Amino acid sequence: MKKFSIIATLLVASSGAFAADEALYSEFKDMIDRSFKTTGIAAKHRMYQLDFQKECSSEKPLSAKALKAIEADQLKTIRYPADGKYSSGNWKEGEKIALSGRGLTWTDKTPYDNGGGCYNCHQMSHKELAYGTIGPSLADWGKIRGSGADNVKYTWGKIYNAKAFNGCSNMPRNGDSDILTEQQIKHLMAYLLEPESPVNKK
Amino acid sequence: MRHKNKFVLLASLLAVAGGVGSNVALADQSTDAIAKYREMIADGNPSELFAAQGEDLWKTKRGPKNASLEKCDLGLGAGVVKGASAKLPRFFKDTGKVQDLEIRLMTCMETLQGIDPKTVVNEQFLKGEREKMAALVAYIVTESNGDKINIDMKPAEMKKMYELGKMAFFYRSGPMDFACSTCHGDTDKRIRLQDLPDLRSHKGAAAGWGSWPAYRVSNGQFWTMQHRLNDCYRQQRTAEPIYGSDVTIALSVYLAATAKGGTVLTPGLKR
Amino acid sequence: MGNPMKIRAASKDGVTEVKVLISHEMETGQRKDSAGAVVPAWWIKELTAKHNDKIVLTSEIGSSVSKNPYLAFKFKGGAKGDKIVVTWVDNKGDTRTDEAAIA
Repeated sequence: MKKFSIIATLLVASSGAFAADEALYSEFKDMIDRSFKTTGIAAKHRMYQLDFQKECSSEKPLSAKALKAIEADQLKTIRYPADGKYSSGNWKEGEKIALSGRGLTWTDKTPYDNGGGCYNCHQMSHKELAYGTIGPSLADWGKIRGSGADNVKYTWGKIYNAKAFNGCSNMPRNGDSDILTEQQIKHLMAYLLEPESPVNKK
Repeated sequence: MRHKNKFVLLASLLAVAGGVGSNVALADQSTDAIAKYREMIADGNPSELFAAQGEDLWKTKRGPKNASLEKCDLGLGAGVVKGASAKLPRFFKDTGKVQDLEIRLMTCMETLQGIDPKTVVNEQFLKGEREKMAALVAYIVTESNGDKINIDMKPAEMKKMYELGKMAFFYRSGPMDFACSTCHGDTDKRIRLQDLPDLRSHKGAAAGWGSWPAYRVSNGQFWTMQHRLNDCYRQQRTAEPIYGSDVTIALSVYLAATAKGGTVLTPGLKR
Repeated sequence: MGNPMKIRAASKDGVTEVKVLISHEMETGQRKDSAGAVVPAWWIKELTAKHNDKIVLTSEIGSSVSKNPYLAFKFKGGAKGDKIVVTWVDNKGDTRTDEAAIA
């Protein structure tokens, strides 16, 4: 009898806490809803989360299982180049895209002219010193990883939708989220993989 | 823009002077060069120019009620400016709300001077009533320089704002899936050459919260905390936060509570 | 007329150090606004500083100086309570004069 009452109390306590969390979360959603407005191209709907964005908004890291599920979902979004040519880009164009952090803010006129912002987070060329460190260094990416079919496909996929390989990655889904065009991704591929690119050549 | 070029030049000169040495060391040197520059002009922080205008404004009679702000209660009693911003945001019984410095000033402008808060909320940064707001802020935050960040977390409303602010900090959304935590949720990271404080930690929050509002050398502008947060969201590619909206107050409470005990360095001096 | 300058002056061992913060846009005339139009040049041409009525500094300033410039200089002489007067003239013919007492 005593055991039952303890269990019952525990249940009440935990469901109470759960209800409190739910109430707070509902209040949070209301707060987000009334705190933002559409300005220019940055529409208010940007504040409403995709399922995986919600899952990745926890202070604690997600479980391996939950991450795997996100990755499987995101992998389906990747579109490989329609003409099958991964490396028909120009690394010089790629460098410009990698350096530019512009685009998609409410002060930008159009949502179709965006940089890749790669240097905000990654080291790439051996010559560029102003690189961020949120992501790993990509210097010598092609030299180290080679231009085998597997790496070429992986590189494309990672740029297109990084969440397919790391569910809660900090990196944007450049292709899936219409940040970069297929042609821009091709230029970035050349920048990362070609031996003549300063990413691979000192 | 032209000032930014100067930094790049400085960085590249150093790179030449440094000669050998790894890229990382060179990058560190240019960060040091910015720190040195900051030290050089700390003596002449142009925030003072804005603060002087703000002090005049505080004492100037204006608005439909033709009154000054000298009776404004920023939390320490009517007219007390010294030390007030170190204890903001705070829960105010008279409005029943948690308010940061700018929202509190809007309340004072409305009640004392009869100025409609909409004239501030609907304005653009650095223009009209917002320009005046920035000057007032520059004055008020200068009067807490050297104090300890010490917000009163006892009221239940503050505790709730803290929880909501923390959720906002980790909230990922928009076309780039970014949250505040994307850039400020780890130690020793940077964007390009800009060091990023880890705002989850006391040290990082104290450095960040404690040094804004600030004068920005790169564009010669004085930015309030509302302006700072607005631009963070712009770079996150979210929709635009409404001036003084609850999300900005909640984030401010989260940051100030995490920074509690740190030193107020305002007005700051930034790149 | 421009906004007021902030002037601080302190005398020590017969030398006075003057620090001046100037409120000015200092547009180079090279910059374009968001609409692509050139922002017209607007910068301080000349700055003079007087100790009581004696000129202690004249300087030609131009487009390469930052917005809201900060200037510090020292001169021999000067005693507590003496007057320091700083005047600038810009390329639009605008001028501003402020003063401070030596501390």
